[in-house]
Amino acid sequence: MNGFHPRRRQVAVSVTGLIVLAVLWAMLWGDPHPGTIAAGVLIGAVTVFLLPMPRIGFHGRLHPWGAFVLLVKFHIDLVQASWQVSKLAFRFGYTPRGGIIGVKLRRANDLTMTSVAQISALVPGTIVVDAHRLTGTLYLHVLDLDLAGGAEQVRQDTLELEARVLRALAPREELERLGLVRARRRDTGKKEVSQ
Amino acid sequence: MNWSQLADVVAAILLLLGSLLTLVAGVGILRFPDLLARIHAGTKPQVLGLVLVLSAEALRVRSWPVLGMLIVVVIFQFLTIPVAAHMVGRGGYRTEQLDRDLLVVDDLRDDMMAATRAETKPPSYDD
Repeated sequence: MNGFHPRRRQVAVSVTGLIVLAVLWAMLWGDPHPGTIAAGVLIGAVTVFLLPMPRIGFHGRLHPWGAFVLLVKFHIDLVQASWQVSKLAFRFGYTPRGGIIGVKLRRANDLTMTSVAQISALVPGTIVVDAHRLTGTLYLHVLDLDLAGGAEQVRQDTLELEARVLRALAPREELERLGLVRARRRDTGKKEVSQ
Repeated sequence: MNWSQLADVVAAILLLLGSLLTLVAGVGILRFPDLLARIHAGTKPQVLGLVLVLSAEALRVRSWPVLGMLIVVVIFQFLTIPVAAHMVGRGGYRTEQLDRDLLVVDDLRDDMMAATRAETKPPSYDD
């Protein structure tokens, strides 16, 4: 798709958006009847036309293995986070003492920052209070600093989360530059085939 | 015990666990000391609780259209709850709806104060 004229690419992107919206619509109605799909396409077209979204600038490639690891770890983290908050909620007579910690991400890219911010709201200990787009800094509120193992530990955990996000969707050169290539063997074989 | 009975038992367990987590979220919101801490209770146990309840429903109803619908609901929960939490947290922080005594560190205030200082200070060309 890279050789396309920029306007053509824009059209391709909104057609993808249209298809996604139509599929979502059909899934919500729970029935793939032609009428439902037609209505989905119509409503999707109106949505895409009236509420154009800014381009996200996705230059990477979805790495299936990285995405799988990210998803599995996210669900484990979600369970742990819920358990942690539950324990604190029933620890009567104890007041959690938190803090707001700034974490500077490696890659100040909209997609990476948004993904990390989204996921960090559901993993143990943190929610995003503020984000600084230019420096790529996330400000995370930690529910209980002692429980989270201190500010440094939170920074390290968040950077690990970012590494997982990058392994799932950053371009290969970027991963190499950041020294994040771990699953090398598995990927080189695949790269030849897919290109 | 056949498969559908097994699915029903698992669904019952998931339903109970999910309800329990929703209860925990409520207790957390009541018990935690300030806005930022309460958002934690309103995000994690609440989302997982809902996911468990919906999984229970999928196991009990066992129909593809319903499964598709539930998956869409879960995806939108994962997407919207963090955004909602962030908006409440950011608004609360900027309007000082928080208990400063409970914060051990606050990098955001430090950075914001540094930014304000840098803006108000007359530019110095020495450095």
